[in-house]
Amino acid sequence: MKHTISVLVENEFGVLSRISGLFSGRGFNIESLSVAPTMETDLSRMTLVTRGDDRVLEQITKQLNKLISTIKVVDFTGGEYIERELALIKVSTDAESRAEALRIVDIFRAKVIDVTPKSYTIEITGAPAKINGILELLRPMGIKEVVRSGPVVIGRGAKGVVG
Amino acid sequence: MELTGSQILLESLKLEGVDTVFGYPGGAVINIYDDLYESSIKHVLTRHEQAAVHAADGYARCTGKVGVAIATSGPGATNTVTGIATAYMDSIPMVIITGQVPTPLIGNDAFQEADMCGITRPCTKHNYLVADIRDLARIIKEAFYIARTGRPGPVLIDLPKDIQVKSHKFNYPDKVSLRGYKPTYSGNIRQIEKAAKMVLSARKPVLYVGGGITLSAADDELLKLVEQTKIPVTTTLMAMAAFPQRHPLALGMLGMHGTFYANMSVTECDLLIAVGARFDDRVTGRIDSFAEKAKIIHVDIDPTSIGKNVEVDLPIVGDLKDTLGKLSGCLNQKPELLEDLVEATEEWRSAIGEWKERHPMTYRPSKSVIKPQFVIEKVSEMTDEDAIITTEVGQHQMWAAQFFAFRRPKTFLTSGGLGTMGFGLPAALGAQVAYPERQVIDISGDGSFQMNSQELATLVQYQLPVKIVILNNNYLGMVRQWQQMFFEKRYSQTVMELPIDFIKLAEAYGATGLQATKVDEVEATIKLALETPGPVLMNFKVSREENVLPMVPAGKAIHEMVLAS
Ligand SMILES: Cc1ncc(C[n+]2csc(CCOP(=O)(O)OP(=O)(O)O)c2C)c(N)n1
Ligand SMILES: [Mg+2]
Repeated sequence: MKHTISVLVENEFGVLSRISGLFSGRGFNIESLSVAPTMETDLSRMTLVTRGDDRVLEQITKQLNKLISTIKVVDFTGGEYIERELALIKVSTDAESRAEALRIVDIFRAKVIDVTPKSYTIEITGAPAKINGILELLRPMGIKEVVRSGPVVIGRGAKGVVG
Repeated sequence: MELTGSQILLESLKLEGVDTVFGYPGGAVINIYDDLYESSIKHVLTRHEQAAVHAADGYARCTGKVGVAIATSGPGATNTVTGIATAYMDSIPMVIITGQVPTPLIGNDAFQEADMCGITRPCTKHNYLVADIRDLARIIKEAFYIARTGRPGPVLIDLPKDIQVKSHKFNYPDKVSLRGYKPTYSGNIRQIEKAAKMVLSARKPVLYVGGGITLSAADDELLKLVEQTKIPVTTTLMAMAAFPQRHPLALGMLGMHGTFYANMSVTECDLLIAVGARFDDRVTGRIDSFAEKAKIIHVDIDPTSIGKNVEVDLPIVGDLKDTLGKLSGCLNQKPELLEDLVEATEEWRSAIGEWKERHPMTYRPSKSVIKPQFVIEKVSEMTDEDAIITTEVGQHQMWAAQFFAFRRPKTFLTSGGLGTMGFGLPAALGAQVAYPERQVIDISGDGSFQMNSQELATLVQYQLPVKIVILNNNYLGMVRQWQQMFFEKRYSQTVMELPIDFIKLAEAYGATGLQATKVDEVEATIKLALETPGPVLMNFKVSREENVLPMVPAGKAIHEMVLAS
């Protein structure tokens, strides 16, 4: 089963490799990983998506917690949370397809952020499923490049996750 | 007062109570060595950095203190890795200091540069690259704190040369603040009460005790619990000395080379109380048949150990000393139930007694060739079971665990988790440095001995009277045993084709070499060695194709043992 986990870590030298090394060393899989500093500059927040049964997930959270640099681990799966991913998509366009491309962009509430006679570069945010959706529709036109950030998540409601 | 980085290091070590370090110099630590020249800290020069780390490890295992080792950058540092991994697998508190190239050169493939933080990340509890002299004192403080608290382990500090030279005001912090590190010491009382209930209603309980008991210094609490409940105790390789092996409730070791009765007890028990053990595959055999009929209580300070290999019915995270003490307390509040328990488990103990009678831990004695087990028995007897025993890895290690009747904690130092050949001699060296007056003996194999035999020089230089028992079968015996049992005796690369003259080797270093080739020479050889001052190597030519039994073949359940005939 897929799990989305937030890890609050000390924003220090080598911390990313501690986390990624833990996953590779113990044979846990990482589907995506995104990292950035938080409001507290000495903390970083990682969001990672992984897969495994309950036993594996229990080990993953325990092992993450065991790292000295880890402050907090939250597995959002099963709870109420909002998930967003950013994608930048470069799609080939010609006279025929340009209008159709714009229509798709409109429907998905995406944005065209760069234009050439032969291409559009599109920016879209949303749940990963929405991004998969637009990619599906744009695919026939010819996608030249896709960059996805990997999802980040935040819990619903008034309470925040802090260190 | 301003001190240089290397002075800060040494002053901090003193404040941590370190009086002895093990190490080997080089360009990237030359400043530290210059300050050591006139320091009150004693430095022991081993002949290899791996040995320095094993020596610090042996020192830590027998004293319970944090062992400290120093090595230079690059090759010196990479030589420490096996030592660090050995300590990590057995949760030994250590601080390893490696020199590093000057900070401006890091990442440039500078001379003798190795990314030690990268290399040791998976085999240290934590590690540091000191990037700023202002952080140095704090880092040392944290390193010692992390090494010795919670589930102990080695911590590496990589110290660039320019930082050793720079000056800064020395202010050793008296507290650490690590938001991400707060080990749970106190076992949850509700869980402990539940455990007490489970214990009281058990009819076939067994205690399965691991190295954590030594790390937590909870031997007394364990003994008390056993006296109170009369629950039989099986110990892992790491815990053989943590419970007196001559105690009537001692079942000896369990697992691959465990006793018949320990393995049967675990297979048949209805309650398994695992304390400070981690269900290693060498212990469990086929995992789905391990303690199949039992409810499992698992007490450990490291939450990741619990539920990792087997599902447990009652997890308790906490320090064993605290938890076992509280458990005894809970049980004491119900004296009648406790009495009932002792009575109701009588039958179980006599069943175990029958197993013990049917298949005792034994071997077939011989008058014509020296049996390795016999040598161990003699060493055990003739040292009053009070020596500090270290081992290498192989058959001799298993025989030491099976036939030495340990009776005092911290007297069996062996590489359990990593299984490192070459550990025993330097570990003995470290133990002898810690306790100059005690008898320290390395039980070795002819193969393993050659992995760190250069440490004979260190023993002689520092006049460390370590006695070395080589059970010489002229084989990499443990591997040969597998080849015999599972590869049709195809002894591929396990015959030590070149027989070493170990006596000459010992003498070349200025140590004493003795040899026994006949059964009736064994006792006299041990006696002479124990009476001879200084390091002594004893070469026992033992029966070559002796096997370690019982044995649970890989992939089998632990009750499916091949037994001694
Ligand atoms: C550093 C290292 N290399 C290889 C091994 C694999 N190994 C395990 S036991 C063994 C044989 C040890 O031979 P010896 O020291 O003579 O002991 P014996 O089994 O003969 O008593 C080997 C090669 C190991 N444990 N450690
Ligand atoms: Mg051998």
